[in-house]
Amino acid sequence: MNTPKPATELDVAFTVNGERVERRVPVRQNLADFLRDTLGLTGTHVGCEHGVCGACTLRCNGVIVRACLMLAVQADGADIVTIEGAATGNYDGAIVADLQREFHQRNALQCGFCTPAMLLTAAELVAARPQASREEIRAHLSGNYCRCTGYQSIVDAVESVCRSRSGT
Amino acid sequence: MKAPAFSYLRPENISQAIDFIDIYGDEARWLAGGQSLLAALNMRLAAPSVLIDINGLSELAGISVNAGKLIIGALTRHREIEHSPLVAQHASLLALAMPHVAHAAVRNRGTFGGSIAFADPAAELPACCIALDAEFVIVGRGGERRVRARHFFTGLYETALQTGEILVAAEIPCARDKGRAAFRELARRHGDYAIAGLAVQAAVEGDVLRDVNIAFFGVDSKPVLAEHAASVLEQGAATPARIEQAQHQLAQDLAPQDDVHYSGAMRMQLARVLLARAIGDLVNLETKSAAR
Ligand SMILES: Cc1cc2nc3c(=O)[nH]c(=O)nc-3n(C[C@H](O)[C@H](O)[C@H](O)COP(=O)(O)OP(=O)(O)OC[C@H]3O[C@@H](n4cnc5c(N)ncnc54)[C@H](O)[C@@H]3O)c2cc1C
Ligand code: FES
Ligand code: FES
Repeated sequence: MNTPKPATELDVAFTVNGERVERRVPVRQNLADFLRDTLGLTGTHVGCEHGVCGACTLRCNGVIVRACLMLAVQADGADIVTIEGAATGNYDGAIVADLQREFHQRNALQCGFCTPAMLLTAAELVAARPQASREEIRAHLSGNYCRCTGYQSIVDAVESVCRSRSGT
Repeated sequence: MKAPAFSYLRPENISQAIDFIDIYGDEARWLAGGQSLLAALNMRLAAPSVLIDINGLSELAGISVNAGKLIIGALTRHREIEHSPLVAQHASLLALAMPHVAHAAVRNRGTFGGSIAFADPAAELPACCIALDAEFVIVGRGGERRVRARHFFTGLYETALQTGEILVAAEIPCARDKGRAAFRELARRHGDYAIAGLAVQAAVEGDVLRDVNIAFFGVDSKPVLAEHAASVLEQGAATPARIEQAQHQLAQDLAPQDDVHYSGAMRMQLARVLLARAIGDLVNLETKSAAR
């Protein structure tokens, strides 16, 4: 039988915003804390730390996930995009830039705490289903709390980017 | 808060995973999508000393059809089930339910098996599996065994899984020609756990229902099969009068208790209203009249 060696620290290697990162990390550290404390990428916010507020949402291997509910060691081999890298680069970057402009124009942020995660969450929907209805937009953003705006302007901004990209 | 200290193992296959769990037993927990377990750790509601990460076990993931059964691997993410053509074709109930399971970012990571093993009383998938008469495939040191979904959920967050066992897959009989599904729930916010809800699978011809399986969630410490209501509905055309009779029969099936959020009476009322709506969905009835 294999003798297990339970680890309390592990070496990990993954990509963050296109740059390769290699570090030894404590296994109990979540991905959000690793990005913030070790890499200094503080655009990934930490609110509730149990998956409810959505502030820590980032993109892992092309899909949005909660960085507070993923261990840093689980990102080994993954391709991570945080808000710091989201508005640059490929076609997805153009979506985030469009969303940023529209959020700005429509006052879809006040304190900005929820904004990085809102943008990444909305970008996933705009990329996959630009024809999404207002109802679908609300459903897709349902996991992201905003304590300032009352949501209307956020939904307006996302809707406007959807409309301009689906040509409807 | 931050998770308490633990150590971490990453097995390469199921047999190694079983070796690991044999050594640590109750001290260890399987780590699947982490959407319930890591949240519980961060809130310090759980403090296992070892996490055995099964995310690398590709033999646990994926959706296939074999011998009239839809097979969903335990590690299949919610999001894959939501968009799977095989699921839409053979178990449309799951496709109806999936958008109600948490939020997009949680569904990208949360797994089918994790949801079944966690057995939250308000979770959608356990009830769907009961309505679909699924069977769960479980592996442990002693080999493989199967447990029907309706016998699997034994209490509040309790299941038939024993220490040392891992849930491998669910096997769901593929829906036949007349098979139809309905799903309804009430939640405070889209994606939240339900206040009450139900999953229904039945054979439907016109307005006549046969082989009716109705499973409620959020109304008790575990999902509940509403057999009395189902048998009323099997007695003839699903007219508004019969649906009303089935609503009354729910008193034989459900006994929701008061809790800090809602009274049992309110949950019972919601269950009745949702039942009428779901049956209306099945037979394309205008549900407003029956949904009192
Ligand atoms: C904000 C939020 C909202 C949510 N809303 C809902 C909702 O509305 N409805 C809903 O149903 N769920 C909801 N969830 C929970 C989500 O569906 C989880 O993904 C699911 O409950 C657990 O799956 P997991 O893969 O993340 O499992 P994990 O969190 O990794 O594990 C959960 C438990 O199951 C055990 N386990 C996991 N896999 C196996 C296996 N193969 N064999 C044996 N044991 C195993 C683990 O050891 C652990 O005890 C929500 C979660 C969050 C964070
Ligand atoms: S900090 Fe991750 S969801 Fe709130
Ligand atoms: S802008 Fe302040 S929380 Fe959304």
